[in-house]
Parts: sequence; structure tokens; C-alpha cells
Amino acid sequence: MLDTLLLSRLQFAANISFHILFPTINIALCWVLCYFKLRSNFSGHPMWMRAYRFWVKVFALTFALGVVSGITMSFQFGTNWPGYMETVGNIAGPLLGYEVLTAFFLEATFLGIMLFGINRVPNRIHTLSTLLVGIGTSLSAFWILALDSWMQTPAGFEMREGVAHATSWWDVIFNPSFPYRLTHTLLSSGLTVAFFIAGLSAYRIRLGDTKKAPQAALKTGLVLAAVLAPLQVFVGDLHGLNTFQHQPAKVAAMEGVWHTERGAPLLLFALPDEEAQTNHYEIGIPKAASLILTHDMNGEIKGLNEFEGNHPPVAPVFWGFRIMVGIGLLMWATAWLSIAMMRKRPTLPNGLLRLLEAMTFSGWVASLAGWYVTEIGRQPWLVTGVLKTADAVTTVPPMHVGYSLFMYVTVYALLLWAYIHTLRLMARKSVTVEEFELRGPTMQGGFTQPTVDIAKGATS
Amino acid sequence: MNEAAWLPVIFLGLMGLAVLVYALLDGYDLGVGILMPMKTANETDRDIMIASIGPFWDANETWLVLAVGLMLIAFPAAHSLVFFHLYLPAATMLIGLILRGVAFDFRAKASLDHKLAWDRTFKIGSLITSLSQGYMLGQYVIGFDQSAMGQFFSLLSAAGVTAAYCYIGAAWLIMKTENALQLKAIQQAKLAGRVTLLGIVAVSLVNPLVNPLVFQRWFEQPYFIFVLPIPAICFAAFFFNERLLKHMTSHNDRKSWLPILYVACIFMMSFIALGFSFYPYIVPNKLTIWEAASAPESLQFILAGTVIVVPMILAYTVFAYWVFRGKATELRYY
Repeated sequence: MLDTLLLSRLQFAANISFHILFPTINIALCWVLCYFKLRSNFSGHPMWMRAYRFWVKVFALTFALGVVSGITMSFQFGTNWPGYMETVGNIAGPLLGYEVLTAFFLEATFLGIMLFGINRVPNRIHTLSTLLVGIGTSLSAFWILALDSWMQTPAGFEMREGVAHATSWWDVIFNPSFPYRLTHTLLSSGLTVAFFIAGLSAYRIRLGDTKKAPQAALKTGLVLAAVLAPLQVFVGDLHGLNTFQHQPAKVAAMEGVWHTERGAPLLLFALPDEEAQTNHYEIGIPKAASLILTHDMNGEIKGLNEFEGNHPPVAPVFWGFRIMVGIGLLMWATAWLSIAMMRKRPTLPNGLLRLLEAMTFSGWVASLAGWYVTEIGRQPWLVTGVLKTADAVTTVPPMHVGYSLFMYVTVYALLLWAYIHTLRLMARKSVTVEEFELRGPTMQGGFTQPTVDIAKGATS
Repeated sequence: MNEAAWLPVIFLGLMGLAVLVYALLDGYDLGVGILMPMKTANETDRDIMIASIGPFWDANETWLVLAVGLMLIAFPAAHSLVFFHLYLPAATMLIGLILRGVAFDFRAKASLDHKLAWDRTFKIGSLITSLSQGYMLGQYVIGFDQSAMGQFFSLLSAAGVTAAYCYIGAAWLIMKTENALQLKAIQQAKLAGRVTLLGIVAVSLVNPLVNPLVFQRWFEQPYFIFVLPIPAICFAAFFFNERLLKHMTSHNDRKSWLPILYVACIFMMSFIALGFSFYPYIVPNKLTIWEAASAPESLQFILAGTVIVVPMILAYTVFAYWVFRGKATELRYY
């Protein structure tokens, strides 16, 4: 039977999974918008302003979804996980508080000026507003990842009568896994946005949009991807080593190592079997896992057997990791291939455009997969070594949690559909907007008399 | 004085400030949402109404996150207790907030034949949010009483809060709009104002009757004479506003900024009255601020930042309102 614990976990997972999609886009998208705005300011070329105008609308829509799902998140702690705040509230509270104070107000207030203030404030104030929203979204990531990292690798505190008390706020914030997680997450936001921009721009180009703005955006996205993808592989490796040092049980699950071994293979494929404590159908590169993690072909990797009853479920962590890495490598290859093609010819071949289009939301999949690795990988702990997930849950009746979970999932599914549908619609609409038509944006966001019929545009 | 004694008082004040600012700011934009006319012919009106709140609603809702956040940070035990009892209405409110928040953005970007549907979503979401907030306030005041009497009181409170949001929403529209829309807002403000007054009177009567401690505080202690100005100012603001609205026409726009100040004054007095009724309880009759407070070192750490950051937030909030001063024009969504 479904109990409150399982339902609350599902609800938290549903909420955070839905929520994270939007900040993941917006953290980096705002910096890309800053880039477009600055290029426009310095070069005066209308295509940069045109790119800005399209993507700022996407930003606004994404922001709204992020805000509303974020408000939901802020209630989850109290409604479903009272034990969390009761035990570590002294640590989590201030970090969340600083996120609200330094980030949320900044981004929400200047977003208004960024979206609607272009004709009301001097241009440099508008540019500054865009910059401040970018700072706000990144600060938000800073604080929430500080808290998330603290839950993974807690530091700078002591327990008094079963309640955590901070002893050093510096150590709390800059806990061992924080610098790695922050960099890794910010880079993943950058990659997500790079493919998001490239994918949607490819869609516009394939619909017959011959304007310069989507070309410029496509190139921006691809260059960003080409730079960030290899960097992410490097940082991801460092993050993995950090996890190996501080959370060996998580790494054992990621690598599917059931029993401590030397010279462990890097498994490319396997079906982990929780009951038999072994893998089926293993395909792996001999000794490679040991080499990566210990920089020694015969290095020792602690197996799950050393964390009896204290390690995460293996299959989701094992597979989440492979999906994340697989997409990351695919991104790298696609980005470099596209850049190489672009240097030889003015436009990308149709096949490659279609691939980029298919990869529009690949960053979402990789981010979620990575998120599951790290969060499921922390189980059964909510705060490693301090508080178990099962001990933090509410005593609200399962029926109530079932009701709220059902409502959230229904609404989220509809909104996700509406979001993707609307993005495609916006892309199709933008195909028909005249080039250099900069003045006089109307209610439809700069959508003036269509010059090409949308249906015709879609088939050409 | 002992820091464990005064820090919770400061944080109660901060939380109170956040709740009050939230009720005022999100109050008017929720009110505008509820007042939106839904006929196809009213599309221009809806566009202007939405435009009047467009640059602000995001930041307005952030005050809710701050209020709930401060409760979570400073009084975690109270946060757990409150949301244990208010689980379902809180979840319902969140659904309402989600719906209106996204509808606001989708309406401008969706295809034209879906715009009306998103407008409806915006209105319904605003209504769900207001009603559940009012219901939660009623439940909170009456000590989470689930009996028929408690339910009745909470439903009354739901209607009262919704009327109050319409009142401040209409006052906002009087300030931000012109012509027919403004005239309509004047009529709506009159009606919503009267319902709000009824609600305030009803809650003021019921509250001391069901809570002996509240009765004691208001009527039996020597400072009766000092707290008398609270209801006096509240009712005076209402009657001044009533008189002003009676003579207001769209030709005489000079005082269009005044109604919202009167309504804000009514909000403030009602809020002070509630605070005065229950201090020092953070959950009426169950938990005091000192019983619910977090560790002093955590409160100090967050207070240091608050003292620096909150004035900055207020400053750039004022800046944003200044940038978008004057009558709302079409939304240059850009």
C-alpha cells in the first residue's frame, strides 16, 4: 500500500523534477541574453536585438514556470518534511533565507524592467537590469546548491540534543562537495541552454526562416556547446573524484560495484540485480573504472557490500549516470561536428538541423539523470550521516498527500505540454516576422503583418 | 538582554512585515485577476488590466516566499504545525498560484484562440488563491477548528479576504486606468469595500468570542484606550474612501491615487489588530515565538544579511514602481 513516506518522496521528486527544468534553462539563458544585449549595444546590428527579443520572451515564459513551481517547493519542507527543518533547520533556514533575500527579489523586480521597461528607462539601465536578473538567477543557484551540497557532505556544524547547530558558516557554505557541484551544475545549465537555443533556432531555419537572428543564435548556441561540453567532462570527472572521496557508497552504485575490488572495469552496460547483489549481462572496459577513480589500474574501489543497508538503490543511480554521461558525450560530438560543418559552408545540412532539433531538450534529460544520480545516490540519508529520509516525513494522512500529488502531477503534465507547444508556436510565428522591423512592438510581441503564410513557411 | 529573548521578537516583526507587504501587493494583483471581465468583447479591458500588474506580479509573489521562508527559518516548529493542519488548503492555494502565474505568461504567447482560455485560467487561479488564503487565515485564527462552526468561520474569512483583495485590486485599477474601465473599477471598489467591511466586523466580533485570551487583551486590560485608535482609523479610512468614491468621476482624476492608500490603511489596521490579538503566540493559543524559534546563532546570521538586504529590496522595489508610474498602457511585451 502506498504510504505517506513513499507518496511524499514521489511528490518531492515530481516537484523538484518539474521545477529544475526551468531554472536550468534560465540561469544560463539570462547570460546569453546579456551577451545578445551587449553585442547589440556595441555593434548596433539589429539581428542581435532581434535575437534578444525572441529569447527574452522565452525567458519570461520559463521564468513564470520556474517561479510558480519554486513557490510550491518552498512549501514542501513544512508540509511534507517537518523532520527536516526540526533537525537541520538551523542550517537550511539561513541558506534558504539568503536565497530569497539576495536572489529572488533581485531577479523578480528587475525582470519587470527587463521585459517591459525598454521604452521607459535609458538603454544602459535596461542592460543593467538584464545583468542584475542574470546575477539573481546565478545567486539563487549558489545558495540552493550550497544547501544541497551540505546535505550531501555536511560540514561546519555540531549536533546538540539531536539538532544541528552551525559552528562555522564558511564551512557550512563551502562544504567539501559544493565547489564541484556548483561548477558542474552551472555548466550543465550552460549546455542545456546551448542545445535549447541551437535546437529551437534549427527548427526556425528548417521552417524557412532566412533571417540573420536565428543564424546568429544557432551559432551562439553551438559555440557555447563546443566550449562547454569538453569542459563539463573534465569538471564532471573532478566532481566524481570528490564524490568517491566523500560518498563512496554513491560511487559504488554509480559504477555497479557490488563487492570491493581492485582493477574494477568501467561498465558500459549491465542490469544490476539488487536481490542477488550482482550484475547481469555486463559489458565493460577492464580496469577502466579503477583507473578513472584512483588513477591506478589496480586501484581499490569499495563495493556496496561495505555499506550494508546503508547504500542507495543501485539501478536508478547506475542508469542515471550512464544516461547523463551518454548524452554529455553525444553533445560534445554533435557540437564539434556542427562547428566543423559551419566553417566549411554557410548553412548546416538538413540532417544536422534535424539532429539539433531532436536534441533541443537533451539538456533536460541529462540534467535530470544527473540530478537523480546525486539525490537518489544520497539515500537512505536525507542529510548524510545526520538524518534519514524516513525519519523526516510528515504524519499527514496518505490520502491527503495522494490528493496533492495527483493535482501537482496533472497540472505539471499539462503545463509541460503547453510550454513545449508554445515554444514551437513562438518559433513558427517568428518565422513570419519581417527582418529589421524593430519599432512598434505590439501586443503579440513584435508580431506584425505576416509576410509568409505560416503553413507555407512550414512546408518550405 | 538575552538574545534568545529578543531575536524571535525581531523575526516576528520581519515576518509580519513580509505578510503585510504580501497582502497589499499580491492582494491588488490577485484582486485585478478576480475582477477581470470574461466576455469576448472585453479583451482590450483584460489586456489593460493585465498590463497594469505585468511588471510587478513576480516580485509581489516573492513576498509570500519571504513570509513563508521567514517562518520556516525563524519558527520551524510553527511552520510544521501550521502546515500539518493546513495541508490541503495550502496545496489548493499552490495550484491556484501555479495556474494564474503561468496563465499570465501563456496568454501573451499562445495562439489567439487560446487566449481567452488562459484568461479564464488566470481569473480562476486568482480566485482559488484568494479563497484558500482566506480559509487558511480563518483556520489559523480559530486554532484549526474543524467543526461546523470552525468551517463556517473559515469560509466567512475566505469570502472576506477575497472581497478585501477585490477592494484593493479595484483601488489599484482606479489609479492605473482611465475612462470606462476606471468608472467600472469605482463601482467595484464600492461593492467590494462594503463586503470587506462586513467581513472585518464579523471577524472582529467572532474572534474575541471564541478566543477568551483575545477578549481579555482587547477589553479587560488597561490599554483598551490605547488600542481604540486601531478600529477607529480602520473605519474612518473606510468612510473617507466611501465618500471619495461617491464623488469620483473619470473627469476628475486628480485623486485617483487616494483610494489605494485608504485601502492599504484598512489592511494595515486589520493586520495590526490581528497581531495585537495574538502576540506573543505564533500559532494562536498553541505555540509562542520563543517556543518555536530556531537557534540564536542561525537567527543572527540571517539577521545580519536581512539588515543589509531588505532596505535594498525596498529601494529597488520603489524604483520599479517609479519606472512604471502613471496609467497603464498596452503591454509592450517585448
